[in-house]
Amino acid sequence: MTLNSPTQEDNTCALEVRNLNVFYGNFRAVKDISMQIEPRKITAIIGPSGCGKSTVLRCFNRMNDLVGTARVEGEVLFHDYNIYDPLVDAVQVRRRIGMVFQKPNPFPKSIYENIAWGARINGYKGNMDELVEDVLRRSALWDEVKDELKKSALALSGGQQQRLCIARALAVMPEIILMDEPCSALDPIATLKIEELMRELSRNYTIIIVTHNMQQAARASDQTAFFTMDTDRAGIMVEYSETGQLFTNPRDKRTEDYITGRFG
Amino acid sequence: MKPARPNPLTAEQSGMVIRNRTAGLWKSVFFFATLIAIIALATLILNTCNQAFGMVATVSRTDPATLSEKPLDQLNSTELMDILRKHITTTRLKTLEAQQPLETRTQQELLDLVQERIVQPKIEASWTLFDSIFHRAEIEKIAAEEYPSGVLSFRAWLNPDFILNSMASQAEDSGVRPALLGSLYMIAITILFAFPIGVGAAIYLEEYADKKRWYNRVIQTNIDNLAGVPSIVYGILGLAIFVRLLSPLTSGELFGVDGGNGRTILSAGLTMGLLILPILIINAQEAIRSVPSSLRQASYGLGATKWQTIWNHILPYALPGILTGTILAISRAIGETAPLIVVGASTFISSDPNSPFSKFTALPIQIYDWTSRPQDVFRNSAAAAILVLLITLLSINAIAIFMRNRFSKRI
Repeated sequence: MTLNSPTQEDNTCALEVRNLNVFYGNFRAVKDISMQIEPRKITAIIGPSGCGKSTVLRCFNRMNDLVGTARVEGEVLFHDYNIYDPLVDAVQVRRRIGMVFQKPNPFPKSIYENIAWGARINGYKGNMDELVEDVLRRSALWDEVKDELKKSALALSGGQQQRLCIARALAVMPEIILMDEPCSALDPIATLKIEELMRELSRNYTIIIVTHNMQQAARASDQTAFFTMDTDRAGIMVEYSETGQLFTNPRDKRTEDYITGRFG
Repeated sequence: MKPARPNPLTAEQSGMVIRNRTAGLWKSVFFFATLIAIIALATLILNTCNQAFGMVATVSRTDPATLSEKPLDQLNSTELMDILRKHITTTRLKTLEAQQPLETRTQQELLDLVQERIVQPKIEASWTLFDSIFHRAEIEKIAAEEYPSGVLSFRAWLNPDFILNSMASQAEDSGVRPALLGSLYMIAITILFAFPIGVGAAIYLEEYADKKRWYNRVIQTNIDNLAGVPSIVYGILGLAIFVRLLSPLTSGELFGVDGGNGRTILSAGLTMGLLILPILIINAQEAIRSVPSSLRQASYGLGATKWQTIWNHILPYALPGILTGTILAISRAIGETAPLIVVGASTFISSDPNSPFSKFTALPIQIYDWTSRPQDVFRNSAAAAILVLLITLLSINAIAIFMRNRFSKRI
């Protein structure tokens, strides 16, 4: 089964989650999540620690497959096809749905190689120099590194490394970018840069970001989902709506408690 | 102004005295542990050097002074030929002439002939380096009494000739060339055999094997235990498998080599490979396990397959650690003696190994052989061979460390 490229008109939803449950061994970590992610928008997932935000995010590109004990039930539809269909190759899913991690994790290689590697293994045949320049420009990193592309990526600052990781993800031409607390290891200035970058990228990409930082969700996202823990410690989704709506006029008492700081 | 009450931060006032004393005690315990290790090592090296250098008393069968008035090495070819003709039986002379006419030989070759056939110097006694330095007078006295015609001289048993010569019946003519080459040959085979298999097994166990399956746990436990199996057991295993069972392969019969039996350098290398395999696997596993998960995730997140992740990220990152394990394994293999005795290393071999199917000897075997000889002077040869072994080991390790540093230099 192949997942066809999206057409620009295909605007209904980028990702549709239906009754998603995640188990670690016998423990149910996430319970009955259903949501629709809008294309070319920034969707934020907020909630207290341990509520399964990251777990859900990792389900969106099958990164949970790498955790031996994790088991996923339910459907995640990408272009109307379930990415958990047994015939789907998880590697292709991850190529189409990229990911940026909490801690910047560039490869211990040159800046150039960091970007070129992903494109190369995915069969990119075009001009590599152009691709590298293009994604670095789109990641707002080009002006800072254009003279030292051969230098180690590890020599960059944390914020630059994280933007490099975003550039690296862009180089394999994904449609959706998942970001798992991408700014939690960065200072406020670097954080701001990433947020500006996300806004810029959301014109062409669908972005889903997990964050601890409510201000960040309020500032940077279009849609916000609030997760919390149920009585059996399983993560549930309490509220999912337009960001302004969720922060100014939450429908649920638990959401209100959390965003006003009265939680726990 | 100084406050009237005592400073509460001093060790006495804050009750730190006993805590500091305990800490100091442990520190000295650790220091002594280190010291003991260093003393042991220094003793080993000193003891070996003590044997490998020292005074020797050389007794010649024919006193060179009776052959000529001048020292032998100042004679020209004609004079040397005269001495040879005078002192060697006619039959011997004819044989020599048949090999190569005396007239065409160089002065050095003639001198060697005179030394070898007529003078025949023989080391009758040797003393340690320590005695040679501190009890020189006594040595001279003893030598004068017991070997009145002998010459006392200082000898470094570890010398270029020792490395270039092959085995001989006289300690002073003996050398380690076949043993050294045998050891190097064997180690090369061992590494070529064990390194790929060891790294491959480690990759399987760490990256592919499902640790929840009982059989994978059994394999893992077995490998951990195999690292502690006595080396002689591996020798017997090698004898059964490589020497006997795979004899057509290890003797070279399959490749058209006129074979004796499977007691070849190939068998020895493969046996050593088996011996170090568990060490290699365990160390490589450790190195692979230490690759940060963030690196794997970064790779998978870009749509890399498992193999692409392993080959491009995990192995390069783990390689320095794997090479460290290889260094340990080589050190073990190069010094092992017992398995070689079992798979049939020869103790007296004067020809160099020239193919994997050669009969062979190795440095530890040579050392073992020399220490068990009745003649005392072979102890000196053994000590010199130990030094050769240590130097070889250090050189191989230096290469491996150099490689490790190159690979770990991340751009």
